[in-house]
Amino acid sequence: MTGARLPAGGRIDRSAPLPFTWNGRPLEGFAGDTLASALLANGVRVVGRSFKYHRPRGIFAAGVEEPNAIVDVTRGDLHDPNARATLVPLERGLRAKAISGWPSVDRDAFRGLDLLHRFLPAGFYYKTFMAPHWKWWEPGIRRMAGLGRALETPDGRQFEHRHAHVDVLVVGAGPAGLAAARVAADAGLTVLLADENPSPGGALLWETGTIDDQRADAWADAVVAGLIHAGVTVLPATTAFAYYDHNTVALMQRRTPQPGWAEELLWSVQARQVVLATGALERPLVFPHNDRPGVMLASAVLRYLRQHAVLVGKSVVLTTNNDSAYATATALLEAGAAVVVTDVRPAPGRAATEAAAQGARVIHCAVVRDTGGLTGVVWADIGAADGTGAVERVPCDIVATSGGFTPAVHLFSQSGGRLRWDETASAFLPGTGRQAHQLAGAMNGAAGLAACLASGHDAGLAACAALDRRSALAAPHAEAPATTQPLQPYWHVPLKGTRQWLDLQNDVTVKDVGLAAAENFQSVEHLKRYTTLGMATDQGKTSNVNGLAVMAELTGRGIAETGTTTFRPPYAPVSLGAMAGMRFSALHTPLRALPAQAAHDAAGAEMREYGGWMRPACYPQSGESVPAAIQREAAAVRADAGLFDGSSLGKIIVEGPDAAAFLDLIYYNAIANLKPGRLRYVLLLRESGIVYDDGVIARLSPTRFLLSPSSSHTAGVLALLEQWHQTEYPALRVAFHDVTAAWATFAVCGPRVRDILATIPTDIDLTDTALPHMAIAEGRAFGVPARIARVSFTGERSYEISVPAGHATALWRHLLAQGPTPYGIESLSVLRAEKGYILIGTDTDGLTMPDDLGMSGPLRAKKVDFVGRRSLTTPDALRPDRRQFVGLLPENPRFVPAVGTHAAEINGPRKRSLGWITTAAFSPALGRSIALGMIEGGRARMGETVTLYDRGRLSRATICAPVFHDPAGEKLHG
Amino acid sequence: MLTIPCPWCGPRGEAEFQYGGEPALRPVPASAVSDAQWADYLYLRTNPKGAATELWCHAGGCGQWFRMERDTVTHAIQSTSRLSA
Repeated sequence: MTGARLPAGGRIDRSAPLPFTWNGRPLEGFAGDTLASALLANGVRVVGRSFKYHRPRGIFAAGVEEPNAIVDVTRGDLHDPNARATLVPLERGLRAKAISGWPSVDRDAFRGLDLLHRFLPAGFYYKTFMAPHWKWWEPGIRRMAGLGRALETPDGRQFEHRHAHVDVLVVGAGPAGLAAARVAADAGLTVLLADENPSPGGALLWETGTIDDQRADAWADAVVAGLIHAGVTVLPATTAFAYYDHNTVALMQRRTPQPGWAEELLWSVQARQVVLATGALERPLVFPHNDRPGVMLASAVLRYLRQHAVLVGKSVVLTTNNDSAYATATALLEAGAAVVVTDVRPAPGRAATEAAAQGARVIHCAVVRDTGGLTGVVWADIGAADGTGAVERVPCDIVATSGGFTPAVHLFSQSGGRLRWDETASAFLPGTGRQAHQLAGAMNGAAGLAACLASGHDAGLAACAALDRRSALAAPHAEAPATTQPLQPYWHVPLKGTRQWLDLQNDVTVKDVGLAAAENFQSVEHLKRYTTLGMATDQGKTSNVNGLAVMAELTGRGIAETGTTTFRPPYAPVSLGAMAGMRFSALHTPLRALPAQAAHDAAGAEMREYGGWMRPACYPQSGESVPAAIQREAAAVRADAGLFDGSSLGKIIVEGPDAAAFLDLIYYNAIANLKPGRLRYVLLLRESGIVYDDGVIARLSPTRFLLSPSSSHTAGVLALLEQWHQTEYPALRVAFHDVTAAWATFAVCGPRVRDILATIPTDIDLTDTALPHMAIAEGRAFGVPARIARVSFTGERSYEISVPAGHATALWRHLLAQGPTPYGIESLSVLRAEKGYILIGTDTDGLTMPDDLGMSGPLRAKKVDFVGRRSLTTPDALRPDRRQFVGLLPENPRFVPAVGTHAAEINGPRKRSLGWITTAAFSPALGRSIALGMIEGGRARMGETVTLYDRGRLSRATICAPVFHDPAGEKLHG
Repeated sequence: MLTIPCPWCGPRGEAEFQYGGEPALRPVPASAVSDAQWADYLYLRTNPKGAATELWCHAGGCGQWFRMERDTVTHAIQSTSRLSA
């Protein structure tokens, strides 16, 4: 127990204690805490075990850069297996637990792995766990190494997508972001301000300073209140994680759970101007055993102290190479802690002198050379920064470290901007940008409060100017900084044989980078992948620059020359659920319902999804199996009469003086010579000659056509017609209209169909003279508009009756009352197989051309240059060994081969496929199994017996014409 | 997400649009061209790095096809125009 809550201060609400648990232990925090600050206030040190060596780890940072404190958080019935404790606002009843360590994080069974560290260098996995043996090791390694575990059940979380278009998006609500946002708001622009921390204000919430005669945090509160009053959308707890083209920025907003709310919102924001005020992240100095719980960033120690009133330790050693750590030293001294500062610089200057005056022991040219303590720091060895000479062991409970600040240039880099290494700042800074953005504050190299405010104000003005707006708002004024002593680059302690951590989350040490350099993985991209430096969920926010510097030193190159890895989205982890939003489960692909769905349900239909529609597969009677129902329905259609709901079949109206000429240019079959009132079965090709769809075209009048594409291709056919009309034949006067949903269509067929038709009150002449096979008539039935077409998908005499969709149920009930057997898609599939009618996408594939289906007549008869025509005369289209559509009769009449079964030529061990079965069924009409398929040179093989091969099982079948029932088509007219 | 200025509807989000690729000039009459020329029309595109002319369709809006001049490297859109223009 080291950390403790101070009796006063901090931006927490002490009147609202919030009980929560850590690994089942009841603890208490306050509103205004993060989970991390509450854990520290309760003296918790070990929050996880490291990825590779299972060493104990504690909270290291206070923001998004936290590498260690990844924990499992449950709030009510919501579960997050990998929450960053530093970004989780504390809530009443929150339950948190460590994700690593077994049986517990404090007593981990695998801690012995650390003793083997000499045998587990970088690249160990790559060199050891290779195929074919990797699969033996993988489960165990995953169990030992992994992060949090997702629940087996739904985690209860809800996600939504939001879209916003704004004039100015400001990323970051620290001093620079606030200064920019207030100018943009004052100029009357629509502004969105996003900040990743639970409360806006950034460093103003924990640093000392005065702005316009107000305390820094009070100024931040007042500015935020003013912005909200002015209509600015202020989003706290919102991480801008990606910057895409055209100034599109993706935000991830985490909200306090409330019933009916999505707690995570994924925003896509399009901004005319973006102000990047993303700040800077402190990086640590690197020294031996710098990974123990209690080693923390100096700025985080300050932040916990000021913002959350948590004193993380009573005895603190600070180790630094720059002035910023002295603010932490001063604040710690004020809070009553004992402070020792080691500064690598020979003459630290004014800040050091002031800290010394307040009681800190300041040692020059010195650094922490080692730390000790089993589950947290209990001592630090202090010695010369050059690694020579003796050390002094100082008892302490915290080692706070600062190695300078790394500007958060991630979003700038993602936007296409170039980075440059700045020697003075010892940091990568933005170079040339590519998008409409302004850069402000520490991310652009501004140092100190006054500089950040000024650059934010200027960035706001620049954004206004780019959008032709003005603001006369005075710039916020802060005390000018006292003279500072420059940072002295210092990357790690020059001591051989020590373990100095660079990347805490992935357990990468200075020695590992040395190994990468020695094995010639010297490019930064190789270094990253070989050692996994910066590849963890923190993406190396505190470790990348240190790692690059070590590599630069080892290879004798400068850091600028060594370069940096590419920054890619996301800046911080994003839930997969947030990416999906509400598009999952039933909303993933909404299915369409037939207008008479209720009637099908009442008839006991087995509903299944076909091409985006929920349609009856068949109508099993009580106790009847689905296969039995299919056989019964198919037999009943041939013996008596059947009723089928074909409402999902596409209906596209094509109308205009040039409609016939246009359709002639599109379809494989001739259309212009189709007489009004008649139907024609047609194929539609791609320009490549491949069959795209089939269907029926009805000519309702000389200038009006009704197209029936297959159900799943209706949208595609409509798009194709539009594209050809607009891009190739714009002069033709024709228009298209999808009326699929407006009409319900039922097919009645079978020997008894005329009796059923006779019960329909209609003015349409149904005699065979007026309405022969492949004819259509419009009129009225039951007093409503109706169309009756004679077209058959079963081979039986068949009538399709269409009425406005609202009358679907009434018509279905009337027809059903006349006694036909209702049949579904699966039964239709048997009936059409008996007739050899093709199903596009089932019997055809991406190589099938019309002649392969035996439909070459139209090509000879037609003169027009229709879509795909030229492709039908290429050498490939004319190859004699193309696969052709044929029927197959299995030798065993009870055996129904699986679809996909190959017809094979077998010569000893060698097998060659001649093609495959595309449809197979047991035919009730023939009392035996039948199949359709695409077979190489099939039409020349009639009567031949082929060997069928299905995963090693052999059988035989005879090739025949692809029609098994009523080959003369007499029943269509019977 | 790109913001695409539809020549009929004005600036709209990329998600409303369908990409149609580089316009390919259809040989007329098709029967007069060689197999190689036809294959070229069907499959071969220049795939430029930099300035490109493409066809797009405002499929989730007015349904109109239009021409777009844009840069495939910077994704900057220089102009869009109606096919009739």
